[in-house]
Amino acid sequence: MDAGRADPDGTLSVAISRVHWSGNLARVTDAKMPLRAKVASSVSRTAAALSRAAGRGDGSVIGGWLGLKIDPELLAHLAAGRAIALVSGTNGKTTTTRLAAAAVGVLGRVATNSFGANMPTGHTSALAKAGSTPYAVLEVDEHYLAQVIEATDPHVVALLNLSRDQLDRAKEVAMMAQLWRSALARHPDVRVVANADDPMVVWAATPPATHDQRITPPHVTWFSAGQRWHDDSWVCPECGSTIQRSGEQWWCTGCPLRRPEPQWTVDDEGVVDPTGAWYKVKLQLPGKVNVGNAATALAVAAEFGVRPFDAVPRLGDVTSVAGRYAQVVREGRTVRLLLAKNPASWLEAFDMADEAPTLLSINARDPDGLDTSWLFDVDFAPLRGRLVLITGDRAYDLAVRLEVNDVPFQYVRTFDDAVRAVPPGRLEVIANYTAFQDIRAELDRVN
Amino acid sequence: MSTENLRIVWIYPDLLSTYGDRGNALILARRARQRGFPVEVLEVRSDQPLPTTADIYLIGGGEDGPQALGAQRLLADGGLHRAVAQGSVVFGVCAGYQLLGTSFFAKGTQYQGLELLDLSSDRGPSRAVGELAGEIDARLGLPPLTGFENHGGRTRLGPDVSPLARVTTGVGNDGTTEGAWRGNLLGTYSHGPALARNPALADLLLRWATGAQQLPPLDDTWADRLRAERRTAVATVRV
Repeated sequence: MDAGRADPDGTLSVAISRVHWSGNLARVTDAKMPLRAKVASSVSRTAAALSRAAGRGDGSVIGGWLGLKIDPELLAHLAAGRAIALVSGTNGKTTTTRLAAAAVGVLGRVATNSFGANMPTGHTSALAKAGSTPYAVLEVDEHYLAQVIEATDPHVVALLNLSRDQLDRAKEVAMMAQLWRSALARHPDVRVVANADDPMVVWAATPPATHDQRITPPHVTWFSAGQRWHDDSWVCPECGSTIQRSGEQWWCTGCPLRRPEPQWTVDDEGVVDPTGAWYKVKLQLPGKVNVGNAATALAVAAEFGVRPFDAVPRLGDVTSVAGRYAQVVREGRTVRLLLAKNPASWLEAFDMADEAPTLLSINARDPDGLDTSWLFDVDFAPLRGRLVLITGDRAYDLAVRLEVNDVPFQYVRTFDDAVRAVPPGRLEVIANYTAFQDIRAELDRVN
Repeated sequence: MSTENLRIVWIYPDLLSTYGDRGNALILARRARQRGFPVEVLEVRSDQPLPTTADIYLIGGGEDGPQALGAQRLLADGGLHRAVAQGSVVFGVCAGYQLLGTSFFAKGTQYQGLELLDLSSDRGPSRAVGELAGEIDARLGLPPLTGFENHGGRTRLGPDVSPLARVTTGVGNDGTTEGAWRGNLLGTYSHGPALARNPALADLLLRWATGAQQLPPLDDTWADRLRAERRTAVATVRV
């Protein structure tokens, strides 16, 4: 990363262009923010540059934090006039945000929090740093979605999925779905792009009056990106009855909640749009999961009037996202980084990883959640037959899990030991959040 | 054992499987098979009748709604009570431990428990989240308990049960005692895959179920390292 680069605009007073949104056209006019917001915006950007220069991080959080201290309304001021898409869910939001930003980029400049700093401080930093842009695509932590909808008045909200994630501090899945649902009910004018395969998401996206899923509310567009993880949606969030599944269909046995017919689907390395047209999607990102993320990104961009035909080539330009999927050559080994934070995303990582030597690294620090119980919710059987190495603060928890799972493994103390323990060629690294960041730091904060 | 197989029933995984609860079934099955017992694991969902002839019943943790629903369905089913009357082993974790008692709180309401253990649970002043450790009842002859707890309830033990352990780190029932046991029934606040960190506790359940006085030792190198690491981590935090 380019430590030491400062923003070209170092002045304290910054004129911010205001964008008026009407239909698919964005009209840019000059306007001034209130003085307090201007100062806050400038301080935010300076602090971000200092943080990067000091090598302390991406600078994607600290700047926004300082800015919001000076002007709590700063995010709303920075958002005003931009046509905004919010992307939220337990998994895939960083990648989908990056792909959606690339797709919306067909229309003009897009502000985005591409480093995965997904709370209001990160949004504030991203918008302040980007200056005036007609568009913004922001990844939003699922706990903050209601708050960020209030602050940014988005044009469209994309809801990807909801599954268990760090239950020692996160809200329970059903409670999160309820929070989303209430937030969207307060903003019936917001367009929603939502995953038809996740019962929790479908319920959250559908206002109470229309929960008969045979009728799709006019402001909702459904996509199907597949769902490997079903263990958090066996009980209907509407009525408490059992949810049945058969193939890709699912339905509640006690009320009308059922899988809506998706308008966007994934088929054979490509994406099918609502007209039935199929577009080949050639990504540099691995796995079927990312074709699903691409379908979501195209559906989001379509809400701004972007045609899939124009957007698809841009998706192929995305190589890695905040270190995710990044490849680095180290001592003759091509190391690829995959982030997996919770049971659902581990299943997806196994799908993305090549049949090659694989290093698993597990920590349980604050950002990861202190509890490692979820390891038993993951079936590691797909790794049988690969050379598996384990490391990280909580490698022993993983060792006990793999033993019960009949997956042979080798314990290594450090990332460097892992590199030396595998033959030249590919080394897949799958790690949870802080373990991923540790290894990314070893690789000079690769993006 | 009731049949030629050691039968393990995991009760209501659709309701009570919040965080890695499957681990306890996997660990018991593996440790039994390594001793040569043929094993059958049944996952019984909440819309199915509970078999009454299994050797070990496992009840996991869950959110308030599923916990209340699980208790209601187990009471209506009656199968677990019949199994216990025949001497089956029951291992309850967290919400699954609470519902073995006479009453528990969920969503601000008191619910009737299964009344299989003489204990009742109440809402606590704060959520207990973190490492849990304790010295286990000497009559059980087990090494210290280690685990992770995450619960809002507090549990009062009646005269007909014994505490599983005396708390050395964390909260457990009330900050002093943790878990409970009587006969072949045992419950703990050490949540999720509690047996992963406590293989000796897994073997106790297997001895109860099989009637074996002793079981051949297994290679527990990794579990022992994990236990030692957690012991060190807990000691560091306390300083």
